[in-house]
Amino acid sequence: MIIMKKVYKKYPNGVVASNGINVEIKRGEFVFVVGPSGAGKSTFIKMMYREEVPTSGDIIIDDINLATLRNSQVPYLRRKVGVVFQDFKLLPKLNVYENIAFALEVIEESPEQIRKKVNVVLGLVGLTHKSRMFPNELSGGEQQRVSIARSIVNTPKVVIADEPTGNLDPATSWEIMEMLERINARGTTIVMATHNKEIVNTMRHRVIAIEGGLITRDEVGGDYGYES
Amino acid sequence: MKARTLRRHFKESFKSLGRNRWMTFASASAVTVTLLLVGVFLVIMMNLNQLAESIEQDVEIKVIVDLAADEVAVADLEEKIRKTDGVLDVQFSSNTEELDNMIEGYGDEFGLFKQDNPLRHAFYVKAAEPQQTASVAEKIEAYDYTHEVNYGKGKVEKLFNVLNTGRNIGFVLVIALLLTATFLISNTIRITITARRREIEIMKLVGAKNSFVRIPFLFEGMWLGVLGAILPMVIVTVSYFNLYVLLEPKLQGELFQLLGTTPFIYQLNGLMLFMGVFIGVWGSFMSVRKFLKA
Repeated sequence: MIIMKKVYKKYPNGVVASNGINVEIKRGEFVFVVGPSGAGKSTFIKMMYREEVPTSGDIIIDDINLATLRNSQVPYLRRKVGVVFQDFKLLPKLNVYENIAFALEVIEESPEQIRKKVNVVLGLVGLTHKSRMFPNELSGGEQQRVSIARSIVNTPKVVIADEPTGNLDPATSWEIMEMLERINARGTTIVMATHNKEIVNTMRHRVIAIEGGLITRDEVGGDYGYES
Repeated sequence: MKARTLRRHFKESFKSLGRNRWMTFASASAVTVTLLLVGVFLVIMMNLNQLAESIEQDVEIKVIVDLAADEVAVADLEEKIRKTDGVLDVQFSSNTEELDNMIEGYGDEFGLFKQDNPLRHAFYVKAAEPQQTASVAEKIEAYDYTHEVNYGKGKVEKLFNVLNTGRNIGFVLVIALLLTATFLISNTIRITITARRREIEIMKLVGAKNSFVRIPFLFEGMWLGVLGAILPMVIVTVSYFNLYVLLEPKLQGELFQLLGTTPFIYQLNGLMLFMGVFIGVWGSFMSVRKFLKA
């Protein structure tokens, strides 16, 4: 599903965030990406939805090589990859329904299909009754649920989550994790960067640890491995 | 792009005006203020240009015919003048008509000359282009039986110089005002779009193509231009109609005439609307482009 070969990323300021990373993530896997701040986790995640382009090496997602992908093709990649952010990235002037529908409008889906699919994911994240509310009227957990709903409404093969529980309290964080677990159970590959030791240690999925731009540990059913 | 998507962009641009009502107000106000300035200035410039044109149209060449010319020679001379390059119109005035004019202009004392008219026949010649007056006069001066050619040598050249300089200054001022307006409006739009860069970022993250992000902003720019142009169009139209009704009777028979309200005021409105829309769309295009590149 996701293959990284000798991925090297050096920023203009000289920082090397990825120093020849090789990794393969199979379809349907749930992977935690852990590591101290500044280790290269964010770059690793951002390169997967082509927010960052590797300096050299190949990143292949569902047979698309992101390293050679033309800018004009990036929107098509992002329609195959759902992304969930720590700060939710919702459009503040659109309500819950419109925020989710927006991801379908950009692919020019028909109004009937939009209605159908948005209602399905709203049910999935338990927000049907709040579909007309605006982001600022929702709690952090609810906003993250909207963000998750938006990321899966296109039925992507991969969901990439960049610290999705970073701004949430422990109870809400677990709600979000249960939701991601359910999405994974439907066959969607999940790659999630996190600093949450408890979640990683409890869920026991594959753990990829990154330090100094290198994978220092890749363990199925691993633990967090750092003091959080 | 599907027609459905275009309709969506169209609807979305309207909604967005309402959602960002303060930014809409700021941008449309910038358009209003600058277009009002441009509109008023254009009214003044176009009318001054009209005055300049009527002054130029008044310039004519007086050709005084030699006493030795008989009827045939006078007819020949008229024919020659008429065929001269750059001549628009030739009017013959006999010495009797010349004297009548003089009596009319200076008083009945000149009636004494009716017994023995000392004046000569004359031709009044208009150049097709007022600027050609001097060269046309020079050509006519060379013809047989011309006693004197008079067009206000020196004064006319000076007048034309003043009028041309005035026109050029006006033209430069209009261009400068337009550039300032463009800069001011596109800057305001840029600020309002900068405030919405997060919106653009999110659109791109969920897979929106650049055109999908850009088109609603272009529509929005167009509405801002239209909204901003309405007030200046109304103010300029109402003011000019009133000014025309008020001043036109007083200017009857004067050299300076106001430009007629139609089609002038409609053309001016069309121009202001076009400028508003163009600057709005262009300002949006340039501002969004910056964020789509990033």
